[in-house]
Amino acid sequence: MSSVTASVSPVRRLLSRLNLQQYVVYFGFIAIFLFFAVVLRDSGFLTQRNLVNIILQTAPATIMAIGLVFVLSAGEIDLSFGSTVAVSALCAAMAMAAYPGAALPLGVAAGIGSGLLIGAINGALVAWLRLPSFLVTLATMGLFAGVARSLTQLRSIPVTDPLFTGIFGSGSILGVPSLVIWCIIGIAVGHLVYRQTRFGAHVLATGDNSRAAQVSGIEVPRIRLWIFMISGGLAGLAGLLYAGRLQAAKYTLGETDLMTVIAAVIVGGTLLNGGKGSIIGALVGSLLMGMLNNGLILMGLSVSDQMIVRGLIILAAVAVSLREKTR
Amino acid sequence: MLQEAASPVLELTDIHKSFGGVVAIENVTLNVRPGEIVALVGDNGAGKSTLIKIISGVHAPTSGTIRLDGSPISMSSSTKAREFGIEVVYQDLALADQQPVYMNLFLGRELTRGPLQLLDRKVMIAETERLVKELDVRIPSAHATIRDLSGGQRQGIAIARATHWARKLILLDEPTAALGVAETARVEATVASLKSRNIGVLIISHSLDQVFRLSDRICVLRRGKQIGIRTTADTDKNEIVSMITGV
Repeated sequence: MSSVTASVSPVRRLLSRLNLQQYVVYFGFIAIFLFFAVVLRDSGFLTQRNLVNIILQTAPATIMAIGLVFVLSAGEIDLSFGSTVAVSALCAAMAMAAYPGAALPLGVAAGIGSGLLIGAINGALVAWLRLPSFLVTLATMGLFAGVARSLTQLRSIPVTDPLFTGIFGSGSILGVPSLVIWCIIGIAVGHLVYRQTRFGAHVLATGDNSRAAQVSGIEVPRIRLWIFMISGGLAGLAGLLYAGRLQAAKYTLGETDLMTVIAAVIVGGTLLNGGKGSIIGALVGSLLMGMLNNGLILMGLSVSDQMIVRGLIILAAVAVSLREKTR
Repeated sequence: MLQEAASPVLELTDIHKSFGGVVAIENVTLNVRPGEIVALVGDNGAGKSTLIKIISGVHAPTSGTIRLDGSPISMSSSTKAREFGIEVVYQDLALADQQPVYMNLFLGRELTRGPLQLLDRKVMIAETERLVKELDVRIPSAHATIRDLSGGQRQGIAIARATHWARKLILLDEPTAALGVAETARVEATVASLKSRNIGVLIISHSLDQVFRLSDRICVLRRGKQIGIRTTADTDKNEIVSMITGV
């Protein structure tokens, strides 16, 4: 046995290191892009305006996806980030409305802070009470969706501070829209932490084999708390991006992002059961979902048909993801 | 022999452990010298694993002392045991299957560099390659994913990891229980090579053949009691079997 595996051909070794599944998202991205480019050539898909629009629309989902990569990699799941987006955006908007003199710092603190707090609640329940994260975040998803509704009695809160809407919405630096800059920063920092730090390695080890991580001296509960706080904090940032772009906060923000973000992350090569993932893959997955959304609308598909197509793609992605794990 | 003269790296004196009213270990006294392989044998429930857990800091003994290099230590956790230079190779190996070999070797103790404390993969890979070569663990490369390795190779990695970090003592809990004949031979060769590193080795095994091939001394437990310690060269299987079974 050992002599056989020890002498695998260099080709097989290269193949196993390449790991085709990791590249599915890139092939898929290119294939779908080419498909829309041909089919929708007269519908304005390829215009710069449309392509930039895709990126701007996916920005909050991309930011949420970064957090979800950490959560899934640690072997947990977060279903509550959509509700967190709404709560954070509303908290930010209410803080800014209450203290217009210091709108920017208070808005940011309220938005990110509320996200971190929700993440800490999820994390503490999972890390120390060892409740399953699926059930915890299913419950907090509903709980904070309710909080978002009761905070403002379903009203929308306008966000008028020009500095805030510039930084988190319509502004740009050297022609690069601020939403794109936020995505680049998020992806760069996320990738660095995920791939190049001990923390990232500990997250992967925890998701891969939590007992091995534990006996190797990794503080597994602390890792579990952190990944939920990262997810919550990034959902808070996504809430700020929504509030900035739409110049208002409402309880519906982030409501429909759950499916999209989970799909983006899994299509991007992150395993549902932990131990393996990719931040860059999540970015491409997120852009893919945005492009799909955009293309399907331009093709004139009804909302219900769009939902069906998206559901089928998630099914396919999950199938590939689980096959990889049990190979 | 020279090692006979060396002072013990591990000294257990009157170790006693009970869980509630149930006595798991009574009055075990055992020394392990550097470069010595001591086998711990006994039937299921004899207390071998409990003893290993006491030495690795998972359980605290109810009474008795543990000395490491002559000084008494008390361990509250396996993290503490690792700080003392004691490494354990678990039956289920405790490897992260989807991570590469080199990350498993440095699991929980990853090397970093620079002000940002980024992972130093280069050094970890080089160290891993040096170590697997030294211990003759035949794996395709330090980049290989654990999942793609055979049982023997995984066990080799687990032992290599323990060897890399152990300064005093390695505890092996049934290291070849799940392996085939050829792989067992490879792992035994790796274990035997630990002698030259002047580390104490305490090994649990159900295979008396293996115990006689590898160990310098044999400690027999039965129902938590220490039946006796024999020098492997001066005993035979019949004696050990009767000590284990009590017949």
